[in-house]
Amino acid sequence: MIRLVKIELFKLYHNRFARILVIIYFLLILSAVLFTSIEVDLTFVKFYFAEQGIFNFPYIWHFNTYMIAILKINLAIVVIYMINNEFVYRTLKQNLIDGLSKRDVLNSKFYTLVLFVISSTLFVFLLTLILGLIYSDYNELQIILTDMEYILAYGVKLLGFFSFCMLLVFLLKRAVIAIGMLIAWYILEKIIRAILNVRLKDDYLLQASDIAQFFPLQSMSNLIAEPFTRFSIVRNIAQQTGNPITKNYDITLLSIVIVLAWTVLFYLWSYRILKKRDL
Amino acid sequence: MTQNNQPPILLELDSLSKNFGKIKAVDSLSMRIEKGKVYGLLGPNGSGKSTTLGMVLNTVNPSSGSYKWYEGHIPFKQARKKIGAIIERPNFYPYLTAIKNLELVCMIKEYPTDGLEEVLKYVDLWDRRNSKFKTFSLGMKQRLALASSLINKPEMLILDEPTNGLDPEGIHKVRDLIKKIASRGTTILLASHLLDEVEKVCTDVVILKNGVKYYEGSVSDLSKNHGYIELISEDVELLIQLFESHKDISKTEILEGKLILYLKNELSVKEISKQLAAKSIYVTHLVKKVPSLEERFLQITKTPK
Repeated sequence: MIRLVKIELFKLYHNRFARILVIIYFLLILSAVLFTSIEVDLTFVKFYFAEQGIFNFPYIWHFNTYMIAILKINLAIVVIYMINNEFVYRTLKQNLIDGLSKRDVLNSKFYTLVLFVISSTLFVFLLTLILGLIYSDYNELQIILTDMEYILAYGVKLLGFFSFCMLLVFLLKRAVIAIGMLIAWYILEKIIRAILNVRLKDDYLLQASDIAQFFPLQSMSNLIAEPFTRFSIVRNIAQQTGNPITKNYDITLLSIVIVLAWTVLFYLWSYRILKKRDL
Repeated sequence: MTQNNQPPILLELDSLSKNFGKIKAVDSLSMRIEKGKVYGLLGPNGSGKSTTLGMVLNTVNPSSGSYKWYEGHIPFKQARKKIGAIIERPNFYPYLTAIKNLELVCMIKEYPTDGLEEVLKYVDLWDRRNSKFKTFSLGMKQRLALASSLINKPEMLILDEPTNGLDPEGIHKVRDLIKKIASRGTTILLASHLLDEVEKVCTDVVILKNGVKYYEGSVSDLSKNHGYIELISEDVELLIQLFESHKDISKTEILEGKLILYLKNELSVKEISKQLAAKSIYVTHLVKKVPSLEERFLQITKTPK
């Protein structure tokens, strides 16, 4: 296993584009976190994000993981690129002839992808912890530990997304087509959901979201609910306008299981494609 | 079961076939590769050479039939450690230097990197070891591929069109290398559509056309026993009488005033001359001609199978 990761990291480390993308990714996370911790000029109101309580434990776990997860697309490009290269340079065939099995090829990509997930999750965990310790109004251990499952959900979200990207490149062989397909798939899910919404409008037992939660991208997005309506200022406005927010922000076991199930499927499907294909 | 005096069989194909849709790329091909020989897999473009090599190297899934390495004694994953292969075009990471590319191959082959200097010097690329692969000429790329296939000191080398697209100098260098490697006792399977390449380098040849095997045997056998003898004499009738029922001759024919004797067995000019002398027949012209490999190749592949 370590050998396979070493092989992949060797390919990536000596590639300038991949190296720069990875560095940019971690710098982006860092600067996003730093950015929110400084004063922001919103033209009308000048306020500290910090004063809105977004850096308070346990809410900070939720806010940071949700925001930083958006940057995952940057790392996904590295995942897509590293598989795309094997097709473009025709080195996949050469690797097989030199002694990797098809399973080895898949695993060297998948393990590396898992390594990305672990690195990113650890980085987010540490940054959030440090940020929280500096700015949070509550620093009791029990409060800090509350809602830590957002970190787990963050990792699962990245794992599912990267695995989906991996499958798309193994299937389509080219980065550009894979990214195009990813976008097309996103739109497709939205369209199906819209159709379901219309169809199930009058159904009291079954809602569109009950079905849509099983869609690959929707299931990843469901892992961490948007945190904005949890803002005290937003809640207050909602309260005053008579529309109190009764949303559930918790991470459900079901949503994690769905994404993990997709990950397993993406992995197995990628293997099937590799195995059946003549190179 | 190998007998003691027979060389071991490194690779054996048993009615291996590959269909791409309705097209039969390789049609029930059987052959064996014995240790120490240099095989040519000869055939025009699209005759199924690369597909065959792809199947035995596990990158193309056979439609039917089977193959086994080392008489099935060791699994493919281990057998592969004893073979080196280069395919069609040299495929390396363009952004890596020559030496980094080979280091990567070492990681994949699980082989130490100490031998890299030796193989790079062997193919005359040591001075360019720190140049990126993308800066190499095709000839250099092909030599790097050869170096890469030699890293694990393979018992057998599979080469697919190694001189394809090279300039004359590059062709010459690569052929010299192949001969040098063969002289060390390495078994070689060389796929090529170039007759003179196979003739110059190989001891044995398998001729493929449309995925079907047309010939299998040694390169010298290919033209031996298929030569003919030309005679000119004043008394042609006597000559015909003499040779018509000769055990080593399949057919006689008069062409442009010359008597042509087609051979079915080995028969030397000396032998003929002796027999003529015994009968006191004198000829003004006596020559044995062996068809070129090209003539033989065309002859063999003309007959449909």
